[in-house]
Amino acid sequence: MKAHGTVHKYGDNVDTDVIIPARYLNTSDHKELASHCMEDIDKEFVRNVKEGDIMVANMNFGCGSSREHAPIAIKASGIGCVIASTFARIFYRNAINIGLPILECDEAAKDIDAGNEVEIDFDTGVITNVTKGKTYQAQPFPEFIKEIINKGGLLNSLKK
Amino acid sequence: MGMTMTQKILAKHAGLESVVEGQLIRAKLDMVLGNDITSPVAINEFNKNGFTGVFDKSKISLVMDHFTPNKDIKAAIQCQQCRGFAEKYDIDNFYDVGNVGIEHALLPEKGLVIPGDCVIGADSHTCTYGALGAFSTGVGSTDMAAGMATGEAWFKVPGAIKFNLTGKLGKWVSGKDVILHIIGMIGVDGALYQSMEFSGEGLKNLTMDDRLCMANMAIEAGAKNGIFEVDEVTEAYVKGRTDRAFEVFKADEDAQYNRVIDIDLSTVKSTVSFPHLPENTKTIDEAEALKIKIDQVVIGSCTNGRYSDLETAAAVVKGKKVAKGVRAIVIPATQQIYLDALRNGLLEIFVEAGMVVSAPTCGPCLGGHMGILAPHERAVSTTNRNFVGRMGDTTSEVYLASPAIAAASALTGYISDVQEG
Repeated sequence: MKAHGTVHKYGDNVDTDVIIPARYLNTSDHKELASHCMEDIDKEFVRNVKEGDIMVANMNFGCGSSREHAPIAIKASGIGCVIASTFARIFYRNAINIGLPILECDEAAKDIDAGNEVEIDFDTGVITNVTKGKTYQAQPFPEFIKEIINKGGLLNSLKK
Repeated sequence: MGMTMTQKILAKHAGLESVVEGQLIRAKLDMVLGNDITSPVAINEFNKNGFTGVFDKSKISLVMDHFTPNKDIKAAIQCQQCRGFAEKYDIDNFYDVGNVGIEHALLPEKGLVIPGDCVIGADSHTCTYGALGAFSTGVGSTDMAAGMATGEAWFKVPGAIKFNLTGKLGKWVSGKDVILHIIGMIGVDGALYQSMEFSGEGLKNLTMDDRLCMANMAIEAGAKNGIFEVDEVTEAYVKGRTDRAFEVFKADEDAQYNRVIDIDLSTVKSTVSFPHLPENTKTIDEAEALKIKIDQVVIGSCTNGRYSDLETAAAVVKGKKVAKGVRAIVIPATQQIYLDALRNGLLEIFVEAGMVVSAPTCGPCLGGHMGILAPHERAVSTTNRNFVGRMGDTTSEVYLASPAIAAASALTGYISDVQEG
């Protein structure tokens, strides 16, 4: 499995309130949530994002509320993978559970700039920055988590 | 190797002799919680994946507390969906307008969580129940759906930071100030993926309301859970609320901690978190010197909407008036707290001071309803988050503080310490 796209870059402590503000949590419709994704820190995101694009951020991405609406909004907006130095733990498990690919890689998070073209190989964890001609190695998932992802999310993995 | 309190509870619920940090386990759950925002997503997933039964109807709590009494048609539809699910599966602990309270004040009050339990909730502040010596943590809606169907959840066993508490809090200083002080010290990711374990001889000087408030904000330091050692205060609180026998888990003498932090409670000052992160803390004297003018005060939430919080606020405002230009909103967290505050004259004190008293709701804390901020407005709030746009417009500002500081600030119109006399 691979991802290839243009980077949208953010800083430290991107919280779930800015990923999807609570004023839009009166719906669970994926497309409607996506239409407000990142609105409070990046009004241009929804207009600029293309299918397969990559989101890159620094420390503690997805901190705050446990709202699964946050990874849902990111996934439904077309983002193919989120790369960060670290993830807040609830966001991390939510992303795995709903099948939004995420990678922890401090080196990539620091070096990749907005607008860079990036390719990701999920089998090897190798992130290639096509624009800068550099590669970075992300931590691969433990087997237990790979199994959840390979089976298409947590609930699918529980089916007998 | 010795285990922490959290590790012992997880081992027990995974049916294992012992666990170590980093181990991936499946644990049995004593309670699965959701609210009117997160449950609809869980119910959709539950139905979409073809589940036709819940693991135990007495171990699921659905609490309609966020956008209730419903703020708009869409919010009403979300509650309608939860109501339908609760009826279909005959869920024992379904709370709706009339008996609902803010989930993390309500569940302990009803005795639905007791020491030694393993709890997940589709709400990040589910970590609150650690105050009772339970393992409890926030998860997403898919985890909630899986928990309702199977009664189990997967966890990565966390390491821990131990907080060794000594001494006694000063007057007007509360659990809120201790946890804001700690978050200021270690940062919003200072306990990422870890437990915050509270013990020490100072524990006996912290009330259950102090502990619930502190465990509540463990998530604001990135922690998986916060947990307090069970003592006489815990046992006195739980007594009469449950018929279930409970098991007390103490950390082993040789438990491994990633960090040990000593906190002398007598040195903690009233603390305020400045926009836009809970780690941006200042002591009240530093904050007061800045003469920050405010437009709104909120006293309530799963962090500080308990009886003792209202009692403190009432003691500060009794016989006085809210400053001109300040809107002060008081939100008792549960119907029982509301009733106690009514019977004991607290509500009268608030209304006479020019404050408004709301029905139990999460409302303004997350910018839902019941007190949204306009551009450039500032609020002092006893809630838990001050992120950009959390309580309203993206240019508005939230300053997190204790009930005493929030009440004192309502009287002066500026971020202020309590004026004696």
